[in-house]
Amino acid sequence: MNSVVPDNKPVARSHASIDLKAWGPFFALLALAVLGVLINPAFLGLDNLSNMLTRSAFIGIIAIGATFVITAGGLDLSVGSMAAFIAGVMIILMNSLVEQFGPGLTTILLGIGASLLLGLCAGFINGMVTTKGRIEAFIVTLGTMGIYRSLVTYLADGGTLSLDWGVRDIYRPVYYGSLMGIPIPVIVFLLVAVAGYILLNYTRFGRYCFAIGSNEKVAEYSAIHVDRIKTMTYMLQGVCVALATIIYVPRLGSASGATGVLWELEAIAAVIIGGTVLKGGHGRIWGTVIGAIMLTMIGNILNLTDAISNYLNGTVQGIIIIVAVYLQRASWRKSAP
Amino acid sequence: MPSKKTTRTSMTHARKTIAAFATVTALGLPTLAMAQEITIGVSIPAATHGWTGGVNFHAEQAKERLESLHPDVSITISTASDPGEQANDLEDLVSQRNIDALVVLPFESGPLTDPVRRVKESGVFVTVVDRGLEQKGIEDLYVAGNNHELGRVSGEYIRERLDGQGDIVVLRGIPTVIDDERVQGFEEAIEGSEINILDMQHANWNRDDGFEVMQDFLARFENIDAVWAQDDDIALGVIEAVRQAEREDELFIVGGAGMKDIIARVMEGDELVPVDVLYPPAMIATAMDLTVQNFVSNGPVVGEYILGSPLITPENAEQYYFPDSPF
Repeated sequence: MNSVVPDNKPVARSHASIDLKAWGPFFALLALAVLGVLINPAFLGLDNLSNMLTRSAFIGIIAIGATFVITAGGLDLSVGSMAAFIAGVMIILMNSLVEQFGPGLTTILLGIGASLLLGLCAGFINGMVTTKGRIEAFIVTLGTMGIYRSLVTYLADGGTLSLDWGVRDIYRPVYYGSLMGIPIPVIVFLLVAVAGYILLNYTRFGRYCFAIGSNEKVAEYSAIHVDRIKTMTYMLQGVCVALATIIYVPRLGSASGATGVLWELEAIAAVIIGGTVLKGGHGRIWGTVIGAIMLTMIGNILNLTDAISNYLNGTVQGIIIIVAVYLQRASWRKSAP
Repeated sequence: MPSKKTTRTSMTHARKTIAAFATVTALGLPTLAMAQEITIGVSIPAATHGWTGGVNFHAEQAKERLESLHPDVSITISTASDPGEQANDLEDLVSQRNIDALVVLPFESGPLTDPVRRVKESGVFVTVVDRGLEQKGIEDLYVAGNNHELGRVSGEYIRERLDGQGDIVVLRGIPTVIDDERVQGFEEAIEGSEINILDMQHANWNRDDGFEVMQDFLARFENIDAVWAQDDDIALGVIEAVRQAEREDELFIVGGAGMKDIIARVMEGDELVPVDVLYPPAMIATAMDLTVQNFVSNGPVVGEYILGSPLITPENAEQYYFPDSPF
């Protein structure tokens, strides 16, 4: 069985090229940061840095889940809508629990529990329909994307769901609070990243993901339960979406049909910028983390300057993303004959 | 033989024609008998965000009210989630419902101009709401809010409140004509004063974007006297960003539209959000009322009906507060 599992340990084959590959996204991030400082020194302000990292936590956590899905050769387009749907259900649930338990810790913990359960179930559905139904992940998750988006709009009656003010005050620190000067969302992001790194690189599950993404048929012949592993990646993605939602809800205390729009594309972009291959078989967690931070940083830098017309923000973003990936792939080509 | 066959075929034809004629007459007669029944089709965008959610709510309310007030009026509401679907809806309303009047809030002006014109050409009374068509003279009645005025009223309030001098930031909407008109009105209102716009960025009428753009403004500028958020969704994001930076005391925020959360704050006399500027989703109800008037009243309604964008203050906030509305 080991023969089909590619050697994915971060062991250097030839020093220089491996370094370039692994550190490519990091250098791109550094270059972007230097650009930020040159444009506006306020970029390096402690407040600004902490705002930026906190902001990148949502996409980052979701993107870590997406790294598993994509590495195993799948794709999940439903994450943005799923986040909105989970946020909506969480708010409705907590608002109704206030009557019974009051705006206390119990209410919030039940909300968080429900959120994780929903994420797990939503991921399970995506996984089962994809694997057992033999339908392309693109179509399945495009379908669920529409379903969750319309469900949250329905729940909100076309408007906005707002969290009870009492609950909001107690729940608020989950987004705005900090531990030893580090904002809580950043800590959660870091923990998820470490857990993801270990899971992908040092466990059998992680190796199976690589194997399935490289060649599904060969993996199947090697007695890997392909369907089960793939479903598990979607469930992991669901849990990541739930975690992101848990820290998203206390930020503005609301959810609407406009929540989480295009998060799926940002998450996938973060994964690819980080060096994971879209067609599967190769994944890198730290790259994903850097990709997510980079996406947020681009938006932040554009907000810190009025040198570029607002209408061109999308152009600048697009160019930076393409250049970042190009630089990486260029070094990739040199290293791999 | 051939002649016999021909005769039989033509006889079959004749029978079919008579049958078809009878069906048409049978279907046609009741319609003629109930000629005073007025059918009105209402085509609006689906409730994909707060403001259109409000449009849906007020359209439903107006339908109930008008139908119970005028028993011979029947109203059909159809919602579409993109311009193409809305164009299909318009065709269906004409062919299936045989409408006498159409009230339409076009998704986008360009793609819907021609479909609406075709409805008009079939002899239907057409009311266009909020977003004008690209060709003049198609609609019988035009009901809209006034984006230019929304900008002007906001600008005048900020100018007055700051005594004509200070540093402000502006959060714009989605880059569209609506956004341009608002900003233009705003800039005209503060022209000639010593109010300095530090920067404008697009926050896309979205809470999350409002939060992030405002965070960055707060990191970048040490002193901000006022924020023009232009929209209540953006304003809610701005409020949280300002609270996070603990700079509630140095500035105030002016939103726009008339979302119930913001109006509630204005009613309570919130220092951070002292006023709001109206751009009501309830304008759909105004349009439906006027359209029905065209059939039941002897007063003429054809023309343009532009709603004002009044300043909502703690004194008058109650009349703009709809606690049951989703917006």
